[in-house]
Amino acid sequence: MARHRAYLGTLVLYLGLGALALFTAFPLLWLLGTALRTQGRVFGFPPPPPWPMGLDNFVAVWRTLPIPRFLLNTLLITGAGVGANLLLCAMAAYPLARMRFPGRNLVFFVLLATLMLPSHVGLIVNFVTLTRLRLIDSYAGVVLPSAVSVFGIFLLRQQYLSIPQELEDAARIDGASELGLWWRVMLPLIAPGLAALGIFEFVAFWNSFLWPLIVLKSPEKYPLAVGLLYLSGLFAHNTRLIAAGAVMMTLPIITVFLFTQRYFMRGITLGAIR
Amino acid sequence: MLPALVLLAVFTFYPVGFGTVLSLFAYNLRTLLGMEPARFVGLEHFRALRTDRFFWIALANTLQYVLVVPVLQFASILLAVAVNRRLRGITWFRAAYYIPVITSMVVVGLLWRWLYEQDGIINYALLSLGVIARPVSWLGNPNLALYAVMFVTLWKGLGYYMVIYLAGLQAVSPEYEEAAMLDGAGRWQIFRHVTLPLLRPSILVASTISTIAALKVFEEVYVMTGGGPIFRTFTMFFYIFDVGFQKFDFGYAAALAVVLAAGIMVLSAVNFAVFRRGGYEYY
Repeated sequence: MARHRAYLGTLVLYLGLGALALFTAFPLLWLLGTALRTQGRVFGFPPPPPWPMGLDNFVAVWRTLPIPRFLLNTLLITGAGVGANLLLCAMAAYPLARMRFPGRNLVFFVLLATLMLPSHVGLIVNFVTLTRLRLIDSYAGVVLPSAVSVFGIFLLRQQYLSIPQELEDAARIDGASELGLWWRVMLPLIAPGLAALGIFEFVAFWNSFLWPLIVLKSPEKYPLAVGLLYLSGLFAHNTRLIAAGAVMMTLPIITVFLFTQRYFMRGITLGAIR
Repeated sequence: MLPALVLLAVFTFYPVGFGTVLSLFAYNLRTLLGMEPARFVGLEHFRALRTDRFFWIALANTLQYVLVVPVLQFASILLAVAVNRRLRGITWFRAAYYIPVITSMVVVGLLWRWLYEQDGIINYALLSLGVIARPVSWLGNPNLALYAVMFVTLWKGLGYYMVIYLAGLQAVSPEYEEAAMLDGAGRWQIFRHVTLPLLRPSILVASTISTIAALKVFEEVYVMTGGGPIFRTFTMFFYIFDVGFQKFDFGYAAALAVVLAAGIMVLSAVNFAVFRRGGYEYY
C-alpha cells in the first residue's frame, strides 16, 4: 500500500515537472515547427501543424537574406570577445592571486566596487569615448568595452588561489621564468575556470544586442541578434523565414549548453555569490 | 594585469564618474563632433525632469515592472524545491527550464510576439479552454501590454533564479527539515518556517539581481512593443535609449541615467533591509 502511494507520488511529480518543461520549452518547439513548415499559414484557428516539413526556409534564408554575413559578424565578435576575456582576465587575476606588490589590496577592492556600480550610466559615456576614439561602427567598438569582465577576474583569482605553493616553488627551482611559470604551469591548472568563463562569455557575446545596436551603424556589420530584428522589420510578412533565422541563431547556443551544462550551472552560482 | 586595468578604467570607472559630470552639462551631437563647446547648466536637467511628462510615465511604468520580481522569485523558489531531489532524468528537466535563459532576447521577443498574435496560439488555447470569449490583443491593449511583457521576463528568468536557489538549497543541511518533520510539521509549515528562512541569503542575492534587471528592462520592450501602445510599456531605460541614442541629447540622457542609478541604489537597500537577516545564524 505504502509502496503504491510512493509510486503514485513519483508519477504526479513527473507529470508536474513535465508540464513545467512543456511551459518553458513549448515556445521554442513552436518556433522550430514554424521554421520547418514549408508552406501554408503560420497563424489562425486551429493552429496549423508543423508539416509539410522541410528545410526550404533555411535554404531560402541562407541564400536570399544576409544571414551568412550576420553569422560571420557574430562569430567574429564572439571570438574576439571570448579570446580577449580569457587572456586579459587570466593575466589580471594572476598577480592578484599569487604575487605581493604594493597596492594589491587597493586594486582588489576597487575591482570589487565595480560589481556594484550602475553599469547603464556607462552606456552614454562609452558612446562618447568611442566616438572620440573613432571606433563607432567598428567591431572593436563592440568588443572593447566588455573585453574584460570583473566577474572573470574574480573567478580565475579563486582558481589561482587553490594551486598549492609547492608546485610554484618546484617550477622555480627548475628554473622557470615568471612568464614560463604562468604559461606552462599555472594556465593548465586553471583550465576548468577558463572553460567556465569561456562558455559564459560565449553566451554573453553571442546574444549581446543593445551595445552592438548602439555602436554599429551599417547593417552589413550587424551580428545575428541585431540583424535578425532588422530583417524582421523588413520582412514582417514572412514569419517562416525569420523563424528559420531565429532557429539558426539559437541552435548553436543550445548545443553548446547541452554539452557543458555542469560548467554553466557552476558559473552562475559563482557569479551570483561572487 | 595592466591592460585589463586600463580597459576597466576607460570603460567602467571613468564612465560612471564622467556620466555624473555629463548630467550637469548641455552636451549633444554637435558638442560631440566638436562643433560646439559643452555648456555647464548645473542642475537644470534635473529641474527639467519635474515637468517632463515622459519621465513620469517612464518612472511609473518602470516601478510597475518591478512587480514582476516577487512573483518571479516565489515561482523560482518553488521550482528549485521541486527539482532539488535525486530523480532519474532530473538534470534533463533542469536543462529544459534553463534553456530560455540562454536564448537570445531578440529570438525570445520575436517568438512571443508571434505567440501573442490575435490569431496566435495563446488566444487559441485560451478560447478553447473558455478562459476568454474572443481573441485578445495582448501587446496592443494598453491595459495588458505591460503585463504581457512582464510574463515573458518571468518565462525567461525562471531557470536562472532556479539555479541560484538550487545552490542555496544544496548548501542547507537536511537536518533542519528532518528535525521539523520529526516534530510533526506539515510540508507547507516546513517550507514556510524552515526552508524559506534558511534560504534568505539566496533570496537576497536573487531578489537584488532581479530588481536591478527589472529597473533596467529594455530589450523585451524594444523587441516586442517599442514602448507602445500609447506609452504603456515606455520604461526608464527605453527613455534613456531614446534621448541618448536617437535624439543624441547626451547630457539629459546622463541625468536620466543618474536618476535611475539612484533608484537602483534605493531598491537594493530595501532588498538588503528585508532579507539581510537569516541563514544559519537566524537559528
